[in-house]
Amino acid sequence: MAFDYDKWIRPGKLPHIWCPGCGHGIVMKGLIRAMETLKLKKEETAVVSGIGCASRLPGYIDCCTLHTAHGRAAAFATGVKMAKPEMNVILVGGDGDGTAIGGNHFIHACRRNIDMTYIIMNNYIYGMTGGQFSPCTPTGHKASTTPYGNPDPGFDIAKLAIGAGATFVARGTAFHANQIDKLIVEAIQHKGFSVVEILDDCPTTYGRRNKYKSVIEMMNRLKEVAVPVKAAEKMTAEQLQGKVLTGVLYKEESKPEYTAEYAKVIERAKAAK
Amino acid sequence: MSKKVAFLQGNEAAAHGALYAGCDFFGGYPITPSTEVAEVMSIELPKIGGKFIQMEDEIGAMAAILGASLAGAKVLTSTSGPGLSLKQELIGYGCIAEIPCVIYNVMRGGPSTGMPTGPSQSDVMCAKWGTHGDHPAICLTPASVQETYEEVIRAFNLSEKYRTPVMVMPDEIVAHMRERIVFPEQGEIEVVPRKSPTVPPEQYKPYDTSFGDVPPLASFGSGYKFHVTGLNKMQDGFPTTKADIVQAEEERQVRKVDANVDDIVTFEEYLLEDADVVVVAYGSTSRSARYAVNIAREQGVKAGMFRIKTFWPFPDKQIKALASKVKGIVIPEMNLGMCSLELERCAQGKVPVLGIFRVDGEPINPDQILEKIKEVK
Repeated sequence: MAFDYDKWIRPGKLPHIWCPGCGHGIVMKGLIRAMETLKLKKEETAVVSGIGCASRLPGYIDCCTLHTAHGRAAAFATGVKMAKPEMNVILVGGDGDGTAIGGNHFIHACRRNIDMTYIIMNNYIYGMTGGQFSPCTPTGHKASTTPYGNPDPGFDIAKLAIGAGATFVARGTAFHANQIDKLIVEAIQHKGFSVVEILDDCPTTYGRRNKYKSVIEMMNRLKEVAVPVKAAEKMTAEQLQGKVLTGVLYKEESKPEYTAEYAKVIERAKAAK
Repeated sequence: MSKKVAFLQGNEAAAHGALYAGCDFFGGYPITPSTEVAEVMSIELPKIGGKFIQMEDEIGAMAAILGASLAGAKVLTSTSGPGLSLKQELIGYGCIAEIPCVIYNVMRGGPSTGMPTGPSQSDVMCAKWGTHGDHPAICLTPASVQETYEEVIRAFNLSEKYRTPVMVMPDEIVAHMRERIVFPEQGEIEVVPRKSPTVPPEQYKPYDTSFGDVPPLASFGSGYKFHVTGLNKMQDGFPTTKADIVQAEEERQVRKVDANVDDIVTFEEYLLEDADVVVVAYGSTSRSARYAVNIAREQGVKAGMFRIKTFWPFPDKQIKALASKVKGIVIPEMNLGMCSLELERCAQGKVPVLGIFRVDGEPINPDQILEKIKEVK
């Protein structure tokens, strides 16, 4: 039987705003499959976003949804989670929203290791505003504000998350659709701050400026650069040149989770009263 | 039974007022001269099972309290000038998404870093015009430690009643001075609860105006699922650009305050019955003003004071009435003329508005005010 996505989609809210060929819909379907697999209660699940194309995702999902301001998803979500630690809190957004204007909130959510899952759709560009370069646009590539090629070096989101203290970091791609829900399931099950970066495509504002002739070509690139972590172990540095590791990149179980730690603060404060 | 009495600083009183009002979530960021609020909340909140979080920056603190409020908490943040500037974007979010929250801002010298430990009253315009777009604004300016305690409670009440951010803005003198405070008994001051939905979850709309201009607000995790956005929205919470809906919704948001000024605006009238000269003052400056008015009376000048307790919405009606009665208005304030602009607007040229403006980090003393009172002919 075909998977029933409608069960999780708000009635009357489709079609979505995303362009033909955009990978965000693939990621949304992955998230829905993950929520179904985990049998999450809609009323007990908050989906929080910032601003941008990817941040429109919560509006389609039939849960408690919060479309915040640009870059602020992690900080709003921290408030939700602290006030109601029993809720499942899932963040979604793009690379510009999460690592530029929201970079500070992102690294501090990682540091606190607060039990939330952040799905970052990395399409290397600010799509909604028409294709300006983001902190993830590769050096030399073109955007509407890098007409002579991007002089900036980019972020590696996964390394940033690991360095900042996130305890579960995974990466997938919009091409490897069947892997997305599995990564998200594992991320949500993980007790702590989990980050799932999904390499995505933006044919409209990134592809056309960077000589991708079609969406298929962009998807094929995702297929070609992705190397599963296991497979990478058997490859030489030379073979890994230009490749991107996918799968669960980092997992740590020993670091305390933030809301659990704060529950101990409450115990100590009450004992000292 | 005698009431509990303490010797407290304004900032400490603010924290205790918040706790009286049922505040159970504080999100903040350290900043002089308001940090004591955060320190007291970090001690007291976990004792009652509440949550304190020090965020990574001022914006994050504002975001965290909005998120927590949507999850059902009664929330407070504290800050000062530079922090208030940073919070403005999300104060606007709180206005359009209609999320109750209290922002306690201690006014210090500015702009920018200015004089972090010096008193000022230069944020009052920021309270109304700081965030972009049309929006309702409520701002309270207490003048004593006792009043700071009580006005923080009132701020929570107004915030819940009108489903909008409310600011409490003491100047640094009020925030840092120590005075005797008498704590009210539990139940002595009314605490207004949030208007919760009465309809079942499947019928709930977060901006359902069939319940009036202030629609009930459900909370995340309480069985209700709904959408919240900073975009202009419809009654079901989803974004729209439909002209008639956007116009109606924006007007309703502002009307929540505009149609209820008599419920919100508070003030003190001191020796105004026969006054020829009225000193309009707020915050610590009103303490010098009261002294100056007393001296003027001793010297045979019929002076009085109108003390603004609620700065926004501005007491237009009262000032307009005074302008038809007195010979002149004196406004001492620790800025280069902010309240005076509002007074001139209300006075409509009927009487002169004489300002005493100080931004040197020193309080305005009674002699300066007395001198100005005597200038009114």
